[in-house]
Amino acid sequence: MMHADVKLDTLGYFCPMPIILTSKKIKELALGQVLEVVSDDEGIKKDMPAWCETTGHQMMGMEEEQAKSGRIYKAFVKKTK
Amino acid sequence: MIATQIEPTATLAQLQETKPERVTIVLLSGDLDRAMAAFIIATGAAAMGMRVTVFFTFWGLNAIRRRGATSSAKDWLRRMFGLLNKGGADTLPLSRFHFGGLGTKMMQKVMKQNRMPGVPELMQTALDLDVRFIACTTTMGLMGITKDTLIDGIDQFAGVTTYLAEAKKGSVNLFI
Repeated sequence: MMHADVKLDTLGYFCPMPIILTSKKIKELALGQVLEVVSDDEGIKKDMPAWCETTGHQMMGMEEEQAKSGRIYKAFVKKTK
Repeated sequence: MIATQIEPTATLAQLQETKPERVTIVLLSGDLDRAMAAFIIATGAAAMGMRVTVFFTFWGLNAIRRRGATSSAKDWLRRMFGLLNKGGADTLPLSRFHFGGLGTKMMQKVMKQNRMPGVPELMQTALDLDVRFIACTTTMGLMGITKDTLIDGIDQFAGVTTYLAEAKKGSVNLFI
């Protein structure tokens, strides 16, 4: 399990809401802190790395889990700027 | 729960350029589906740190008109047109399967059930993310749409050169 300082629950939201919520939430973090974004939208697997590449934040990794309601994706983003 | 690691496609993030990349979208259509696509792209790009401008023209203007607003155009013909052409972000019809409103109602219901934001919500998110809205003055005049009948938050009332000046510097320019 990866370490995260702040957790953001975007379960039930479709594109582009998880990314928009992430871009808002990351502003509340201090430099070097890690944000964990939980989503059940499969698109986040590609979208979060792409968002990180464009914005300059660091993609630490991603985890995938099987929950009762379906698959859940956890993206870990480190605030770098 | 067992967590499995998956490889992210991009591991090394690059520092964003000091000058943000620009995106321009021309929204000509007043259809719900097309307006949704426009605002999803606009909000997505803004969340990526890009500078986004949406240029509303012709039927696209209906998205930024207040609901139920009439027209205060000077001549009766344009006033009539502004009256018959219903505006409001929550009143846009689907481009297909509208079925006199039934299809659109069904779609809106499904969207709500799935917690998907509709056009009004996406539009508000776009404004919150500093997406710039430009209303085309030419088509406003043509269609009897007056400034006082548009929503707050319109950045500029301008024409094609304002759009082109922005689009020229844009790396993504879309016409919807």
